[in-house]
Amino acid sequence: MTDLAQDLLSSFLVAESQLNGSRNLGVVSLRKKAMDRFEQQGFPTTRDEEWKYTNLKPVLKQDYRILLKGDDAVSFADIKKYLLSDLDTYKLVFINGKYSSWLSESTHQSFDICTFAAALNKYPDVIGNYLGKAAPEGTTFVDLNTAFADDGAFVRIKRNQTVDKPIEILYLTTDENGPAFAQNRNLVIVEQNAEVQIVERHQNIGAQPNFTNFVSEVFAAIDARVSYYKVQNDALHASLVDNTHVVQERGSNVHVGTYSFGGKLVRNNLHFYADGEHTESHMDGVTIINDGQTVDHHTLVDHREPNCYSRELYKGIYLGNSHGVFNGKVMVRQKAQKTNAFQQNDNILLSKRAKVDTKPQLEIFADDVKCSHGCTIGQLDKNALFYLRSRGIPKKEAEGLMTYAFASDALEYVKIPQLEKRLNRVIADKLGINLEFAL
Amino acid sequence: MLKIKDLKAQVEDNQILKGINLEINAGEVHAIMGPNGSGKSTLSSVIAGREDYEVTDGAIDFDGEDLLDLDPEERAHKGIFLSFQYPVEIPGVTVSNFIKTAINESRKGRDEEPMEAREMLAKMREKSALLEMDKSYLSRSLNEGFSGGEKKRNEIFQMAMLEPKLAILDETDSGLDIDALRIVANGVNKLRSKNNAVVVITHYQRLLDYIKPDFVHVLYQGRIVKSGGPELAHELEERGYDWIKAENT
Repeated sequence: MTDLAQDLLSSFLVAESQLNGSRNLGVVSLRKKAMDRFEQQGFPTTRDEEWKYTNLKPVLKQDYRILLKGDDAVSFADIKKYLLSDLDTYKLVFINGKYSSWLSESTHQSFDICTFAAALNKYPDVIGNYLGKAAPEGTTFVDLNTAFADDGAFVRIKRNQTVDKPIEILYLTTDENGPAFAQNRNLVIVEQNAEVQIVERHQNIGAQPNFTNFVSEVFAAIDARVSYYKVQNDALHASLVDNTHVVQERGSNVHVGTYSFGGKLVRNNLHFYADGEHTESHMDGVTIINDGQTVDHHTLVDHREPNCYSRELYKGIYLGNSHGVFNGKVMVRQKAQKTNAFQQNDNILLSKRAKVDTKPQLEIFADDVKCSHGCTIGQLDKNALFYLRSRGIPKKEAEGLMTYAFASDALEYVKIPQLEKRLNRVIADKLGINLEFAL
Repeated sequence: MLKIKDLKAQVEDNQILKGINLEINAGEVHAIMGPNGSGKSTLSSVIAGREDYEVTDGAIDFDGEDLLDLDPEERAHKGIFLSFQYPVEIPGVTVSNFIKTAINESRKGRDEEPMEAREMLAKMREKSALLEMDKSYLSRSLNEGFSGGEKKRNEIFQMAMLEPKLAILDETDSGLDIDALRIVANGVNKLRSKNNAVVVITHYQRLLDYIKPDFVHVLYQGRIVKSGGPELAHELEERGYDWIKAENT
């Protein structure tokens, strides 16, 4: 057993009594069972098929503090740049995993946009019905999160409600704890015909090599519409394992966009379960990383019912000695006739030292389906580069323009213009180009 | 304006240009003709600065400056423009954003201020009208899904926007029907002045009925083997290239 695993076990014993929701016996038992499973299983290694290309060892060998203190020294000025400042939003801000009420703007008016800890006490039945129902038991990081996460965002949009403005969820970590292992959890419940937009971000604002293990469970009821944007532009010494699990009922439409630019090691486990007919599942992303960075996208779409559509488009641009992984699995069950599933992963290596492992997987058990998948790994087209340069566009800008064009179609589904603009700016910045052409 | 002296160039180990001498002055139109594989496109690529070609000997002087030391974009900033035989498709970049970037990067390269947005727009309207291009062109992805004729028109549109001193039209007539040919040629003629020069590279006399050359050169096996006035193009049209080949073997 690794040192970190041992630390986690002993911390769990210490924490058990202090954790929120201790009155909720269901939650307490959920946590214990999850911890038992973790104890059995431990952390995955590169011998596990699901972790073959991403080595966690360097992240796991770090000594972390597990039970974290908040940090009162963080002011709005410190976090402003991580928010969509030109847009009115609901805000849920957590610092070292602790909710910061004065940096946040929550509501219980027409819908619940509040903390998971508050909901544990306020809506024990709701929590009981949903918690752990999307994220699968038996995966190490989900189990660990179930055992430890005592706070996070709780979003519940009641039937036929459309949230009037986007929700920003910001998880900050600081140097307050030394190296910190942060574990938080979102629970997003979107009832029948309701609609919500969420922008989520994890940000290390200190110098410590903080590590976050995060779980998000999203439930989209009949005809619900969810846009969920993950902006991953963390400090280069921060690491993240994100586990996002989406359950969709009939006619619902869910889009999860993942924009990965920062972090030392980022692993995204994104799972969609299409549990009703006529669902639409959209997942797309842009990854642009450089020296010392790894971003790993593991996705699953599980088509369990007929007549559903899924669309998956991931674009990756790799500089320096960065490493990208894409593993996209589309499962079409026997019952899921007339499934239409599209998957595409395109990558550009801008450096000889950059590396990509890409693995599309289709498992189809129905006979009347339309499924396509493809992946490409390439360099920028030399002819096209010369064409742009011959028109007076310098090499660096020409490369940027082409790379930008390559990435930009994965931003097509971003519905918040301010966010799209922000992402465009980050992309231009990462590619070292000016943005004139993008506006 | 342009002085090419004993220019030799190769791709990998294949010598293609074997000593080109050519002088082009402002206000002139030169046609370069010749059979397939004679080095016409190589010559235009070398002038524009394509890196696949290695210049092994000779010099290209443009307005008193050694061109061979410059990057393709720097040559463009000095006023050299190449209309591509096969324009490249660039999905995701609109024609208008592309041309805006090209103009302002060229201006930056010459230490000039960027063009005012209003002026840019007016100019785009004027030049696209000149080439009888629908307004919707400007918001389409560069060359993506364009027909052969649309691509060539788009090349001349870019030339009109960039106002080069020396424009090299590489097989601009290929793939054009007679109407498109007339529009393209008309566009080029409107841009001619005593301060700029045009080099037309072509197989056929056809385009030269519209863009009248002052000089015609025949390129064969990497050398200019014959030069003359417009009558040379007519002679080639009548007699083909066999007699040129016969004279030079």
